[in-house]
Amino acid sequence: MGEFLNDWGLSIPTFLPIIGAAVMLLIPKDREHLHKLIALATTVAVAVFGLLLLIQFIDNDNYGALNFVVDKGWIDVIDSRYIMGVDGISLPLMLLTMLIVPLCVIYSWNHFPEPHNPKAFLMLLLILETGMIGTFAAQDLILFFVFFEVVLLPMYFMIGVWGGENRRYAAIKFFLFTLFGSALMLVSFLALYFLADASTFDMRLLPEAAAGIAKSSQVWVFGGMFLGFGIKVPMFPFHTWLPDAHTEAPTVGSVILAAVLLKLGTYGFVRIAIPILPEAAAEWAPFIGLLAVIGIIYGALGCLAQRDLKRLVAFSSVAHMGFVMLGIATLTDFGINAAVFGMVAHGLITGMLFFLAGSVKERYHTLDMSRLGGLLVQAPRMGWILGFCAMASLGLPGLAGFWGEFPAILASYNPAEVLAEETFRSYMVIAALGTVLAAGYLLWMLQKTAFGTPREEFANDPHVHDATVSEYLAWAPLLILILVLGVYPHLLFGATDPAVVNSLNDCLDSVTSGACFDAAAGK
Amino acid sequence: MLSANIAAAETAGKAVAASGWFLENAWLIWLFPAVSFLLILLFGKRFPRGGSEIGITAVGASFVFGLLTAIQWISKVEGAGGGGAEGEYALGAGGMAAAAEGEASGGVGALTRSITWLTNGAEAIGAGIMIDGLAVMMIFVVTVVSLLVHIYSTDYVAGDRRYTHFFAFLSLFTASMLFFVTASTTIQMLVGWELVGVCSFVLIGHWWEEKDNSDAALKAFFTNRVGDMGIIIGVSILFFGAGTFDVIGVNEAAINGSMSHTVTLAAALCLTAAVISKSGQFFLHTWLPDAMAGPTPVSALIHAATMVVAGIFMVARLYGVFFEGYAIGGSSINTLALIGGLTTLVGATLAFVQNDIKRVLAYSTVSQLGYMVLALGVGAWTAALFHLFTHAFFKACLFLGSGSVSHAVHSFDMKKDMGGLRKVMPHTYRTFMIGTVALAGLPILSGFWSKDEILVGTGGWGLFGGTGGNGAYTVMLAMGMITAALTGAYMTRVVYLTFFGEFRGHGTPHESGPRITVPLWILGGLAVVAGFINFPAGFQLVPASWEEKFLQWVEPVGVSYFPSIAHATPSWTLAIVSVIVALIGIGAAYYYYFIKVRAVSPVATELPDGPTSRSAVARLGHQILVNKYYLDWLYTTVIVGFVKGPLAKAAYWTNQNVIDRVVNEAGTRSVQAGNIVYHKVDQLVVDGIVNATGKISDSSGEELRRIQTGKVQQYAAIMFAAATILAGIFIIVI
Repeated sequence: MGEFLNDWGLSIPTFLPIIGAAVMLLIPKDREHLHKLIALATTVAVAVFGLLLLIQFIDNDNYGALNFVVDKGWIDVIDSRYIMGVDGISLPLMLLTMLIVPLCVIYSWNHFPEPHNPKAFLMLLLILETGMIGTFAAQDLILFFVFFEVVLLPMYFMIGVWGGENRRYAAIKFFLFTLFGSALMLVSFLALYFLADASTFDMRLLPEAAAGIAKSSQVWVFGGMFLGFGIKVPMFPFHTWLPDAHTEAPTVGSVILAAVLLKLGTYGFVRIAIPILPEAAAEWAPFIGLLAVIGIIYGALGCLAQRDLKRLVAFSSVAHMGFVMLGIATLTDFGINAAVFGMVAHGLITGMLFFLAGSVKERYHTLDMSRLGGLLVQAPRMGWILGFCAMASLGLPGLAGFWGEFPAILASYNPAEVLAEETFRSYMVIAALGTVLAAGYLLWMLQKTAFGTPREEFANDPHVHDATVSEYLAWAPLLILILVLGVYPHLLFGATDPAVVNSLNDCLDSVTSGACFDAAAGK
Repeated sequence: MLSANIAAAETAGKAVAASGWFLENAWLIWLFPAVSFLLILLFGKRFPRGGSEIGITAVGASFVFGLLTAIQWISKVEGAGGGGAEGEYALGAGGMAAAAEGEASGGVGALTRSITWLTNGAEAIGAGIMIDGLAVMMIFVVTVVSLLVHIYSTDYVAGDRRYTHFFAFLSLFTASMLFFVTASTTIQMLVGWELVGVCSFVLIGHWWEEKDNSDAALKAFFTNRVGDMGIIIGVSILFFGAGTFDVIGVNEAAINGSMSHTVTLAAALCLTAAVISKSGQFFLHTWLPDAMAGPTPVSALIHAATMVVAGIFMVARLYGVFFEGYAIGGSSINTLALIGGLTTLVGATLAFVQNDIKRVLAYSTVSQLGYMVLALGVGAWTAALFHLFTHAFFKACLFLGSGSVSHAVHSFDMKKDMGGLRKVMPHTYRTFMIGTVALAGLPILSGFWSKDEILVGTGGWGLFGGTGGNGAYTVMLAMGMITAALTGAYMTRVVYLTFFGEFRGHGTPHESGPRITVPLWILGGLAVVAGFINFPAGFQLVPASWEEKFLQWVEPVGVSYFPSIAHATPSWTLAIVSVIVALIGIGAAYYYYFIKVRAVSPVATELPDGPTSRSAVARLGHQILVNKYYLDWLYTTVIVGFVKGPLAKAAYWTNQNVIDRVVNEAGTRSVQAGNIVYHKVDQLVVDGIVNATGKISDSSGEELRRIQTGKVQQYAAIMFAAATILAGIFIIVI
């Protein structure tokens, strides 16, 4: 079993969904039930495979290094290879993806958004899954880029076809924004290839090979990646595609977008930008930190101004991803561990919140919070789940959100030695203020939607009922994980920490930092 | 098992420490109610008593375990004291990483045990228990009050629409509070700190159908969040200052100076902000009176006896940081002492103008918490915790008494719906009187002993004899004295309005049932005797071995993680003066209500020509008090209103009309540019390229066309043109 997994463990779950999609392509559109079953079987198979990977990963007991590495020739002309592998940073995110997608299939089982068409919808979902899993597994920049882009198109169609009233605008905005960023990202990847000592796209070799690049060039190359990843995160001021995309996207689209797609950006920083270009990262870090804390406050203020529940959750993503980016910007093991934890936690929590927003919309046909109220009366269990998720989202200790937020704040008190302490300590205070505002918007949201008594227009509405079986099935794993990770964070930190320590280039290691950067400055 | 342990304690001192099973497994104490929370939530409704029996069983188990833990602790301390120079007193056989750390200088150190909670930079960050006198004292207080409140609630909230849910959250609160007080790391304390906050939020908003209640719940949560910023930052500072989250390590670093004074002071200030919000100190106390919107048992448990003293506990736990940071030994007025002093006065003055009996008690709690903070600020550590201990019982007794009253008259309004209840509610009346006398600080009830110790601890005014301590905090002594008079006065007012005169409400009130009166009597009994646990040294009226038991059991002495604080010498003069002061307050109020007001009419509540109608100054003062020093207006209307209204709207406006506009403009212009390129350049000039692009677009657009409307090429053109233009913009901008 171990041998098999080591050779095929990553390729099979990556491409299984696309095979499933291909099978579905051959089946007529009107056999909806069969389509659903195939999609479910495929995604569950992938999830089971993910579980096997996890078991084997724990058994290998080498969290810091890449596991299940496959290294085969691919595009020899440009020295791009098919390299896959996961370590403690990527595995949690990959497993998150493998978990979320089947839950999305289950959730949409009986209610596909208009214009219905489960075949096309589920095919897109499967293609998305291939792209997302592949991105987390790829260890070659070109391969990474391909998977990164594979994600784009299905999401574009998902928003553009199954979205709300303003879907065209939102879809194109999403597409163009991201594409613009990835174009620059690709330029940066190419620049790395040409500038580094070894002509390679191998992410395992690049940290060493790129060390010789002149600092000024490094800063530019990092800049390209910054835009590529930063737009995906999204960081202030490149975030404006996010509220529109989320508001217009169908529920499942929003969930995937929040749970996984945003993480592709932050993952890019952690996996690619910082390990390969640490000196440039140190140059950029104060700026990234600044944008992160602006995002935290700005996202929170944006939330406070919302009347639309879904748009509020979307803006809260801006704020939460600000915490993740702040953690990354500290360039410390603590900060990056927090960031990875924050990514997973945000995926679970905000994913849940979008599920809930979708279910509220389905029942009330509106997300206008001034018209909602009394959810706890009409659908008590859903109301409590909403309250639970709001608490998790505002970073309540004991739930997952806290372990992304608090260590990020903590780390910014003492950033990597090359960074200015004063700057980051100011960021820390601002970020801490963000936690107050987060409590503000989430609790007001809760008060407006869940507390009180139902409005007259919905008081006797038979559509308003408590959570259904498919909803429970889709939500339970997320809710359990939010609690379990919150109570025992070592489950995740234990996996990420060795990998984070390994990925932090020696240049950022607090012990040797002085020497390395002095040497670089001396050049 | 219990008797076996005690027996062992008496015979072989050292062996007991090794067999301190309950000490080592004290985490069970919070685990019981935590499990109970889940059980009640999942299965509570299926139980005949709606899950309350699960909660009571769990808290009862915690109480028993807590008591056994306390007994083991005491036997350990006594053993160490009796054994003389047992410098290297061993704790357990092994497996306690930090156990030996704390007792370098010969005292009985805390027992700690931990597991890896998270890992960072290959270093494990632990979570565990830290059991010492302070922890066992808190466990006792929390479990006793919680157990009684559970029993009381089975009657008080009987028939409530969310009965099961209520008990579930009582359990969760108890678990969180116990987790907090047994925490061995600052990060755990932070976790417990916020968890009790959220339980408080849920329970204040228990009847969330009414907006007033959910508003009060939100207010409590926000105000606490503001303070939580302080604890988040403070814990971070301490972590990097001391290099650890361990409570013992942090205290040691502060005391032995390995953490610089500036860092210690910064951390102390940040943590003080958290104390101000959580423990209802001036100027963030405003949430506490509003929190009375919650059910009364909740007010007794959370907003009087336990959660609000979390701040006191935190200061006591990290006393090394505060003592060194504020240089408490140096007599200079420090932040803690000042805030505590102001709070006692603010709380006591505001208690005068309330008509809601629970609000009076809430302000009274604010005032008493101020006493505790003041005591910590002047270095009277034991006095603060002793007052915490006694206050928990008499204030819980008063709150539950007010609940019993409201249960009978269906209202909390003293002026409209109460009066003359002493005849119909004898048990409630008697226990309430015990609580009142204890609160007013009259001998020989518990409040007298603890309040007196605080006043002595200020070390002010040498003329009373005694003094010593950590310096002469005369201002604090004066503040404490004034509050003593005010306390007696406002409580006399409450007693008159509630129990004397004639009944002003509707219906026929009657005494509550045994599930309410029995807890009242138990708390009343504790309010009488709790003070006897710490007779002052040299008291002479009791055997010397009865003196200062509390101090001996709770205060860590001779350990490296606790600063060496000086103790003030008790003074008969000061005790007598403080009692006289309290009696003056009581006498003044007695004269006003029991004689003057009653003379007007048995149902009167104020004099028709009271001071406010005669004096403009009194009217102004009354106005200020009624408006609660305008703090609520400042917070709710000015600050929150600004952030939620103009500021948030402005930010969103910027988002839509500035940032997004750039994007949209870029998009629109790109379309135009794309059209120009497409029609003028592309179609006319580079025909060959067009054909090539066309083919590619066509083939890739096959799928797209089926679903979409076949505008692939336009989109593609827009896309690339927009990318180019956006790239241009960003290059210029950056």
